[in-house]
Amino acid sequence: MKSNDRPSKRLLLAGSLIPGVGHLLLGKRRQGVHLLALALGLALVLVLRWDAFGEAFSSPRLAPWLSARFLLTALAATAVFSLYDVRRSLALDGDDSTGRSPFQIAKRRFAANQLAVIALYVIVIMYLIAALAPILAPFDPTAIENPTETQYLAPSWQHLFGTDEFGRDLFSRALYGASVSLSIGLLAVLIAVTIGTVYGAVAGYFGGLIDNVLMRIVDVVIAFPTFFLMLMLVGIFEANIVFLILILGLTSWTGTARFIRGEVLSLKEREFIEGARSIGLPHRLIIFRHIIPNAMAPVLVSAALMVGGMVAAEAGLSFLGIGIRPPTPSWGNMISQGQDALLVAWWVAFFPGTLLVITILSFNLLSDGLRDALDPKTLMRKYV
Amino acid sequence: MLLSVENLATYFFLDEGTLKAVDDLSFAVEEQETVTLVGESGCGKTIVALSIMSLVPSPGRIVEGRVLFNGEDLLQVNPERLRQVRGGEIGLVFQEPGAALNPVFTIGYQICEVLRLHRGMTKHEAETEAVRLLGDTGIPDPEKRFRAYPFELSGGMQQRAVIAIATCAHPKLLIADEPTTALDVTIQAEILDLLRYLQDQYRMAILMISHDLGVVAGISDRVLVMYTGKAMELASVRDIFNEPRHPYSQGLLGSVPRLGEGKGELRRGIPGAVPDLMQLPAGCTFHPRCPIGDASCRSEFPPLGSLSDDRLCACYKVSA
Repeated sequence: MKSNDRPSKRLLLAGSLIPGVGHLLLGKRRQGVHLLALALGLALVLVLRWDAFGEAFSSPRLAPWLSARFLLTALAATAVFSLYDVRRSLALDGDDSTGRSPFQIAKRRFAANQLAVIALYVIVIMYLIAALAPILAPFDPTAIENPTETQYLAPSWQHLFGTDEFGRDLFSRALYGASVSLSIGLLAVLIAVTIGTVYGAVAGYFGGLIDNVLMRIVDVVIAFPTFFLMLMLVGIFEANIVFLILILGLTSWTGTARFIRGEVLSLKEREFIEGARSIGLPHRLIIFRHIIPNAMAPVLVSAALMVGGMVAAEAGLSFLGIGIRPPTPSWGNMISQGQDALLVAWWVAFFPGTLLVITILSFNLLSDGLRDALDPKTLMRKYV
Repeated sequence: MLLSVENLATYFFLDEGTLKAVDDLSFAVEEQETVTLVGESGCGKTIVALSIMSLVPSPGRIVEGRVLFNGEDLLQVNPERLRQVRGGEIGLVFQEPGAALNPVFTIGYQICEVLRLHRGMTKHEAETEAVRLLGDTGIPDPEKRFRAYPFELSGGMQQRAVIAIATCAHPKLLIADEPTTALDVTIQAEILDLLRYLQDQYRMAILMISHDLGVVAGISDRVLVMYTGKAMELASVRDIFNEPRHPYSQGLLGSVPRLGEGKGELRRGIPGAVPDLMQLPAGCTFHPRCPIGDASCRSEFPPLGSLSDDRLCACYKVSA
């Protein structure tokens, strides 16, 4: 495209004040639509739930307080990013000749895989909803008022997911439950993957005695019966969200550590690692700059799979009554509660169960898509 | 004297036994001089280079000797100082440029890394300098290549980038381990020209490793002929090519096909093969393949004797 048949710069900058419009005018349809949709969605929440937002903004409790700030920050970040990106594009003047990095190639391959892209959308939307739960939820998820009148109401426009035996709105509980379940899954995996990656990279890179000692420790940790460990710890301490995240994260890093070690063992024999040593880089930089980025692809794939697994694990623990305790809602304890009422009120277990299935399925599909996109050995003629 | 390797011995301790990759090797490189290590594959040439940089991979170990660089024994210095020397004062160029570059970073990033590490540049200064250096090594359109990933470049351009990385901190010594072996002939000549140009510009010495005698003749001042990790003959490039004295050097030169030779007569090369480094023949390791060797060669490895002022040869049958 020649620069003289572009809209004027001033118009573009003005347009980019509404996130996404600048990109659309520049002809970058995909980014434009995404930014616009995100900004409109957030703005819509702000306008339609203005009262709830105001309440959340000045709430003394952490969750709504955070949620209100998240909404504002997300809106601002979308606008700023959009403006910045349009200016960058204009500065480059259409010369986007940055090399095709392995990351960009993978992105292109990923984008061609429709199922994985849909899964990614579902996951992003789920997390947005979870983050905004205190603003979106129409009712207080824990308040019990007139339980005799509102007990077990079937799904309706007022109570989208119906109500439970205490007359609580299940839609609100499911939204709050999403923030509990999903944040546990994500944060536990972050902990596990961070520990596992660094641990495995150090073991594989230094090898010898260090490797031996570190991997024997891994064997010990793997040999520990995680489930009973959790049962025991839950008996001693009170299970809250932070505790569950730590328990799940600290018991599941071993798999990552093992396969990162394997990757590193083969990577460190490659000539560019010798090259990195020959230019005098210290071990720390070689591990973090040259080894770990090259070992990242399988980590991403397994991390996506692990998040789904963690969400399921949390639900399982809560279902058994050793995870998140009622009245704090999580999808697991909501299903557990619905189990007793399955014949009278199917909706109590049905909706959280469905959300759980959709979430885990999405993570599995995302993981599949990432593997296909990142593994150069997969045949991708169909997509590229 | 810039580099002086004295009685270097690097052994690999394998389960099956000890492999003597480099054994009692001594040589020196003067400032701005080009010395080439020549020999068949498996003669320990690369291990010499890695030993100088203290990069010998496990289970290899330097068991003896000194590597004096400007009078400082690199085998004794602390790791901190060693990192300054690597990349800062001694640069290393690899045989396979494609494998020597990190696939997840741009060429520019990898040059900047060295500039920031060894020349203390800021990110911005390093970027400007890196583009200049890329242009200096003869890469066309350096601003664009700066942002390219290794696999987007041809082998010749990759090797130019590797050379830029190895020389950007203005080292005193450049070790080039078969820098042209993976490239086709026209590119080979360009890379050799580039090395000579950079040698003049930065006043570097070059320690070249090659088995390509054409390359050796084109760039060296002196040549060290190696066999089974030992020095066989050390002489100026003129002497080696005009009048090789050691039977192994003669064999090597005799293996090179010449233009104008009859099609029917194939060069025979040196009969036999390089022996297993774990089961070296007693005495002179070359005697089983040697045309002039006899029983007297089987007791002990011959000492590196002086033939003239600048010429050493390890052979009982050759004397001044």
